[in-house]
Amino acid sequence: MTATLSPPRALPEATGRVRQSLAERLAPYAYIAPFFLLFAVFGLIPLLFTFYVALFDWNPIGEHVFIGLDNFTRLVGDTRFWNAVWNTISIWLLSTVPQLLVALVLAHLLNHARLRLAVFWRMSMLVPYITSVAATTIVFAQMFDRDYGLLNWLLGLVGVGPIDFMQAGWGSHVVIAVMVAWRWFGYTTLLYLASLQAVPKTIYEAAAVDGAGAWKQFRHISIPSLRPVIVFTVVTSTIGGLQIFTEPLLVARTSPLTCGPVRQCQTLTLFLYEQGFGQFEFGYGSAIGVALFVLIIAVASLNYVLSTRIRPERS
Amino acid sequence: MKKADRVRWWTYLLLGAAALACLFPLYWMFVVATTDTATAHKLPPEIVPGGNFFHLAGLVFSTVPFVRSIVNSLVVAGSIGVGHAVLCSLAGFAFAKLRFPGRNALFLVVVLTMTVPTQLAVIPQYMIISSLGWVDTLQALIVPGLASAFGIFWMRQHLATTISDEILQAARIDGAGTWQIFWRIAFPLVRPAAFVLGLLGFVSAWNDFLWPFIVLKSPEMYTAQIAIKALQNSYSIDLGLAMSGSFLATLPLLVLFVFVGRRMVAGIMDGAFKG
Repeated sequence: MTATLSPPRALPEATGRVRQSLAERLAPYAYIAPFFLLFAVFGLIPLLFTFYVALFDWNPIGEHVFIGLDNFTRLVGDTRFWNAVWNTISIWLLSTVPQLLVALVLAHLLNHARLRLAVFWRMSMLVPYITSVAATTIVFAQMFDRDYGLLNWLLGLVGVGPIDFMQAGWGSHVVIAVMVAWRWFGYTTLLYLASLQAVPKTIYEAAAVDGAGAWKQFRHISIPSLRPVIVFTVVTSTIGGLQIFTEPLLVARTSPLTCGPVRQCQTLTLFLYEQGFGQFEFGYGSAIGVALFVLIIAVASLNYVLSTRIRPERS
Repeated sequence: MKKADRVRWWTYLLLGAAALACLFPLYWMFVVATTDTATAHKLPPEIVPGGNFFHLAGLVFSTVPFVRSIVNSLVVAGSIGVGHAVLCSLAGFAFAKLRFPGRNALFLVVVLTMTVPTQLAVIPQYMIISSLGWVDTLQALIVPGLASAFGIFWMRQHLATTISDEILQAARIDGAGTWQIFWRIAFPLVRPAAFVLGLLGFVSAWNDFLWPFIVLKSPEMYTAQIAIKALQNSYSIDLGLAMSGSFLATLPLLVLFVFVGRRMVAGIMDGAFKG
C-alpha cells in the first residue's frame, strides 16, 4: 500500500476523475437510491395521499365521492375528535416531561468517573427499550389493576384506595404515560450521558474550585452543554409521543378500539384506526391523519423554539 | 477537590431505584407467567415464581400458532436488521466519502425526513400495500423498513470519522472500483457500528405493533406481538396466559441482550451526538 507515501488530495483526485466511467460516476446515486425509493413509496407518497383521500367519502371496497372539506367540517363538530386531541396532548405531556427530567438527573449521576458498576447501570436502563410495547402494556395493566394490581395492594397497606385507574380519565392517562416514560427514559439517559462525557472534566473541576456546588454545576455546565441533544429528544419524543397507539389499544379490558367505554384514553392515532379500519371510513380517517399532522408540526415547532432558548450563561 | 470527586451514597440509592424500576416489571411478568389465575389473584400477591410455567407455555403454543409467530418475527426482524446494516452503510458511505453533485442537498433531505411523521399516513400506506397484493404477507412488513434516515445519518458519522481519505485514494490508485472500496475496505472497518445499527433495527422491527396489526390478517402470518394481542383477546380473564405469551415473546430479545447489550449501549452512546 502506498497510503503513507501518497501526496495529499490533488493528484489522486484528478487522475481518479479522468478514469471514472459512467457506471462509477453513477455509483453514489445508486447507493443512496434504495432509501429514497423506500421513503417515497412508503412515506412521502402516503403522507401526501392522506391530504387527498381526506377530501373524499372513501369506502375501501365501494365508492369514492369527492366531498371537498366536508370531512373537516364534520371533524370540527365531532366531540370524539376533541376528546382524542385532549387525551393525546395530556398523555404526551404526562409522559415526556417527567421522562426527560428523570433522564437529565440520571445522566448527571452516571457521569462520574469513579462510579462502580457503570456498565450494569447503563445496561439495565436499556432493558425497557428492548421490551415490546405489547408486553409492557400487559404487565403495567396488571400492576395498575383495580382488584388484583400490585400498586393497589401496596396502597392498601397504607390505607389508600383501591383506585380504579382505568375508570378515570386522568388515571388511564397516567397509566399510559408511565408505560411510555418507562420505555424511553433509559435510552434518553444514554444519549444525555454521551453528550455529558464530551464536556471536559476540567470545566467541572474549575467550577468546583470556584465554589460551585453540585446543583450549580448541573444548572450552569451540564444543561447548556446538553442543548443540542435536548432539542433532539424533545422533537423526537413529540413526534413519537403524539402518535401513541399500542398502549391505549392494549391497556383497556373492554372496548379496546376506544380505550374504554367512554373513550377516556382514546388517542388520535387510535381514533384514526377506529374510523379507518374499524368503520372503513378511509376519508374521515385520513382527515384525522391530517389533523394529527397539523398538531405534530405545531407542537414540534413550538418545542423547537422553546428548547433552543436554552443558552449557556457564559459563552 | 477530594470531596467533589467522591461518589455520594444517594447516587447509588437513586441509580438502584432506577435499575429496580427497569428490571422489576420483567421479573413480575415472569412471576405471573408461572402462576395460575387463582394465585395471580391472591392478596397479598405472590412475589416468587410458581411452578406453572411449562403448563402455561404449553397453553400459549396450543392457543395460537406461537412457534410460527416467533419464526415470522425472526424473519421480519432479521431481514430488517441486515437490510439496515447493508443499505444504510452503503448510503452513509456515499454521503461520507464520495463526491457527487447534489450530495449536501440530498443529505439534508435525508435528515429532514427524520422529522416527518409517517405513522399517521397508515391508510394510504395500507392502500399501497393492498395494490401491490402484499396484504397478509411478511414482505409488507420487511420492505418498507429496510433502510432508515436515522441509520444513514448514523453510518455516515461513523464512516466520516473512521476512514481516512488517504486509504481510499490509495485504493483508487491501485485500481479498485467504488464498490470494491466500499465492500473490501470501508464496510469491514465500520462493521461494529453497522452491527449495532442492525441490532437496533432488529429490536424495533421485533417490537413493532401498529403496522403488522393493520397488514396481517391470518393467524399463521402473525408476528409475536400480534400473537400476544390474540392471546389477550381469547383469554381476557386468564392473565397468566397473556403474561406467559408476553414473556416468551420477550425472551429471545433478553437472551440477545445479555450477549450484545454492552455493545448496544456503547453504540447508542457513540452514535448520535459526537459531531
